[in-house]
Amino acid sequence: MSDNGSGKPKFAMYWAASCGGCEIAVLNIGEKILDVDAAFDVVFWPVAMDAKYHDVEAMPDKSITLTLFNGSIRNKENEHLARLLRQKSAILVAFGSCATEGCIPGMANFSSTEEIFTAVYDSISTDNPDGLRPQSEWMTPEGIALTIPEFYPMIKTLDQVVDVDYYMPGCPPESHQIAAVVDLVIKALDGKATLPPKGSVIGAGGSTVCDDCPRQRNVKKINKFVRIHEVANVDPALCLLEQGILCNGPATRNGCGALCPSVGAACVGCYGPAADVVDYGARLMTAVASVIDSRDPDEIEAILDGIPDPAGSFYRFNLAHSLLRAGKPAVSGD
Amino acid sequence: MSEAFEPVIIGFTCNWCSYRAADLAGTARVKYPPNVRLIRLMCSGRLDPTFVLKALAQGADGVLITGCHPGECHYIEQNYKALRRYLLLRRTLTQMGIEPGRVKLVWASAAEGVKLAKEITTLVEEIRALGPLNWPGRVKLATGENGTAVSQHTQSIPEEVTA
Repeated sequence: MSDNGSGKPKFAMYWAASCGGCEIAVLNIGEKILDVDAAFDVVFWPVAMDAKYHDVEAMPDKSITLTLFNGSIRNKENEHLARLLRQKSAILVAFGSCATEGCIPGMANFSSTEEIFTAVYDSISTDNPDGLRPQSEWMTPEGIALTIPEFYPMIKTLDQVVDVDYYMPGCPPESHQIAAVVDLVIKALDGKATLPPKGSVIGAGGSTVCDDCPRQRNVKKINKFVRIHEVANVDPALCLLEQGILCNGPATRNGCGALCPSVGAACVGCYGPAADVVDYGARLMTAVASVIDSRDPDEIEAILDGIPDPAGSFYRFNLAHSLLRAGKPAVSGD
Repeated sequence: MSEAFEPVIIGFTCNWCSYRAADLAGTARVKYPPNVRLIRLMCSGRLDPTFVLKALAQGADGVLITGCHPGECHYIEQNYKALRRYLLLRRTLTQMGIEPGRVKLVWASAAEGVKLAKEITTLVEEIRALGPLNWPGRVKLATGENGTAVSQHTQSIPEEVTA
């Protein structure tokens, strides 16, 4: 489990607040997983093998060559593991949308802890007659102190907690992108390639989803926004946004191969902001609003009624990295 | 609060109209409150909503966006884009928990120094009535970055459970 004396570089993968999709995406690299096994000793990967936190604590600092960290920081345990793995890893990759920008869990940053707990423990479909709420510490009648990790009031991204070497976006990252990154790291370890500069986004493109999208694009003029299930006949060849279907492609980094729009589903933005975008939602607002085909404020408002949840649509994956609802106050002066 | 609240407002002006209106107000000695900090853009169409979000996120109590009257844009129709973005931004801000009244769009031609001064005076009073936004402070409190509030949710266990 730990060092078996093979002298191979060590690999770890951890899930914090996540769904497990990133782990599946890693396994989806197919036979390439054998290369991972050939090139690395897997020393810690809770979803795939048995290892305890104290095994990691016993490892020398920086002894894990590559750690893929997926999931956002929702509670104290997540933060503890983020700090621990940072200490033990030479290369720490924020892997997947949750770790890089908060992803779907990050939308909890719209709500207070109380609102979240009410939704979870006090909703109409919840059977909780005693109104129980999770306690981070509890003394049993027998006098045994029980603890569970403390729930944080805001979701944090990995880089809001520790220093991150690389960012790998996607919900989840596409398997061919993972395979390419694994290949690159293996080559770099052999001295046959150089790793990109620290802080780089890896396993993704430098442009937008629109750039990869096969649909035909024209000058956009939108008279009405509709949701995709409200359209009887979606033109299979024409840009979805031009058909009034809110598509996040213009603000989203490419790398997925425009999978969703290719098959008739609007881009939801899981690959995160395109390069140099400060606030993903603001970029999307800029793009979407400017193509509305009206000069009359009342008419524009009526067209905007077609976007029932703008904040949720524009910040679905990026809220924990947004200017207003980040898990950490925005740094001033940059 | 012992001291009167003086709102900080970031004002984005267009090089061709509202910036000159502000200039005109100055040369004509028209008075308006000093709460607004003007930033000149080439056009209201240059106003990326990011600027507004960043101003609010870093401590502004309000944002004023100004541009040429409809039909009078130096770049033909970019002020209409500003209008559309403003209307969409207002909806998003409301969902984010920011009163839409904190961000205002005003048209002012280069000749309307008096009008701009009046609009600024009105906005300052409107935002004074709304009170401080203090977004950085609110985020700090919400995230527990100032060392408090993290355990807000911890509450005592009901009697019947522990018994």
